[in-house]
Amino acid sequence: MKIVVCVKHVPDATADRTFTEDGTTDRASVDSLLSELDEYAVEQALRLAESDADAEISYLTVGPDDARDALRKALAMGGDASIHVSDEDIEGSDAFGTSLVLAKAIERHGFDLVLCGMASTDGTMGVLPALLAERLGVPAVTHLEDLAIEDGSVTGRREGDGATVRIQGALPAVVSVTDRSGDARYPSFKGIMAAKKKPVETLGLADLGIAAAQVGPAGARSAVDTATRRPPRTKGEIVADEGTGGIGLAAFLTTKKFI
Amino acid sequence: MAEILVLVDHVDGAVRKPTLELLTLARRLGEPSAVFLGPGADRATEVLGRYGAQKIHVVDAPEVDEYLVTPAVDALTQIAERTRPAAILLPSGPDGKEIAARVALRLGSGLITDAVDVTAGPDGPVTEQSAFAATYQVTAHVTQGVPVITVKPNAAAPEAAPAEPVIEKQDIAFGPTEHAVRVLSRTPRERGDRPELTEADIVVSGGRGVNGAENFALIERVADALGAAVGASRAAVDAGWYPHRHQVGQTGTQVSPQLYLAAGISGAI
Ligand SMILES: Cc1cc2nc3c(=O)[nH]c(=O)nc-3n(C[C@H](O)[C@H](O)[C@H](O)COP(=O)(O)OP(=O)(O)OC[C@H]3O[C@@H](n4cnc5c(N)ncnc54)[C@H](O)[C@@H]3O)c2cc1C
Ligand SMILES: Cc1cc2nc3c(=O)[nH]c(=O)nc-3n(C[C@H](O)[C@H](O)[C@H](O)COP(=O)(O)OP(=O)(O)OC[C@H]3O[C@@H](n4cnc5c(N)ncnc54)[C@H](O)[C@@H]3O)c2cc1C
Repeated sequence: MKIVVCVKHVPDATADRTFTEDGTTDRASVDSLLSELDEYAVEQALRLAESDADAEISYLTVGPDDARDALRKALAMGGDASIHVSDEDIEGSDAFGTSLVLAKAIERHGFDLVLCGMASTDGTMGVLPALLAERLGVPAVTHLEDLAIEDGSVTGRREGDGATVRIQGALPAVVSVTDRSGDARYPSFKGIMAAKKKPVETLGLADLGIAAAQVGPAGARSAVDTATRRPPRTKGEIVADEGTGGIGLAAFLTTKKFI
Repeated sequence: MAEILVLVDHVDGAVRKPTLELLTLARRLGEPSAVFLGPGADRATEVLGRYGAQKIHVVDAPEVDEYLVTPAVDALTQIAERTRPAAILLPSGPDGKEIAARVALRLGSGLITDAVDVTAGPDGPVTEQSAFAATYQVTAHVTQGVPVITVKPNAAAPEAAPAEPVIEKQDIAFGPTEHAVRVLSRTPRERGDRPELTEADIVVSGGRGVNGAENFALIERVADALGAAVGASRAAVDAGWYPHRHQVGQTGTQVSPQLYLAAGISGAI
């Protein structure tokens, strides 16, 4: 089984993230890392490979030069190879530009299963897996809390908008998993050393037959008008509890007309 | 005035509150038309009309419940091609966002997800999003095709604007089922005595500092006194103190109540 895991390199969510003047994510000022929610997709791929000797796991990322670090981190957890699509023209893409690049790279590589995280920790749209399935013409078995592969189909539990559903789709398919699917492993020292020798294939837009105008701000179907930093939160009022703390809190909420 | 399509979020015809918020927002942009998928439309007509739906496009086909997301995509895309709306609004949730993205791709449209406000602008709807753990406020607009926008709960207070909706039954050509995802079983989320997290004006949440499942009884008592929903942090859920369907946050339920009371929660990312 040929598995492609899509991993995104994102600015560290615990750092002070900012936008540049043109409304795109500032990737220079903070450290970036493998989006934590994609570690769960890596983990599920590795678990599937444990029970399938023919499984071959490749990681795919679309992003600038240092996005390679996300591939290295994933490779240190396990897996075989990776693909890095990097091209200046991709910068500033919207969900449609990014999904086009990912879909073309996946098609070029070939796949039985595409695994994704439930959402990135920066854009947080949670739509790329659905867009990939739509573009590739395969089932989207998304937002899974558990998954099993049997007789050529994927089955799993999805926490949907108003209900929990058990869903099933035939392979080849795009699957996304949540942070409830199973804790991700830490890379071992041996894994980190081995990752250095695993192949990273680097591709540009030309390799994928994509024109520059289809991606980046030129191909984007929406535009950011303003990105304004919220004023830092002012220090709150502290009600010291000397036996009447509850009354103090209720009085505060009442004067603010919250209750 | 052009139609604004609003995808109705409902359980067997019982319309959920975010839909009423979408209808309220839609009136700023044009004439709201509700798109109702599945059985039970007759039960929803009154409330949809009360909140301003001029039309209700009804698709009562078994496919809608048998398969995930794609029947809704087929329906909404085909209705949009027939009605040429000025915008399409959907609720932000896993289902709503996936439907929105695929409809936008098929229509050649731009997509904005998780809007916390939508207003009319010179080039169509202008959205407001909250980014990077709410440290930024971003305004944006769609530059191509019919704007497809998903809106977070509590983006607007529902306002009644009674209308007599015209019912339009829509026949949909559903795509091949071999690429569809079958729904094997469906367990509707339990509706307790408390309001739902996404619908509540007040949420009272407990975190690691609550220090044990038994102490959540205190959180529940505060919630009941205020008519609030109960939430929990990931730390409290991971500790097994409270069920995951109450988790507030990126990987739980995203909420935007008028008042959020956090007990034993650090706010750490
Ligand atoms: C705050 C913010 C708001 C935005 N709002 C919008 C908007 O409303 N509309 C719009 O069109 N664009 C928007 N964008 C841009 C959009 O986030 C990017 O285009 C991005 O490429 C796709 O969205 P995502 O990161 O949200 O991915 P998600 O859909 O959240 O990602 C889900 C999964 O897809 C895979 N994946 C995603 N990106 C990559 C990648 N680069 N490489 C490999 N795998 C990947 C991962 O497995 C990930 O877990 C926004 C960006 C930011 C920072
Ligand atoms: C990708 C990703 C997604 C995530 N998604 C979510 C999510 O959806 N939801 C979520 O909640 N978290 C999420 N998290 C986790 C989040 O980052 C925090 O780790 C978590 O929310 C911390 O929970 P907490 O505040 O309950 O615990 P802690 O950070 O441990 O805070 C406990 C607080 O309780 C206080 N306290 C202790 N004792 C008392 C007492 N007796 N009385 C009063 N206060 C007391 C402490 O001072 C402290 O402030 C996510 C993290 C990542 C990386």
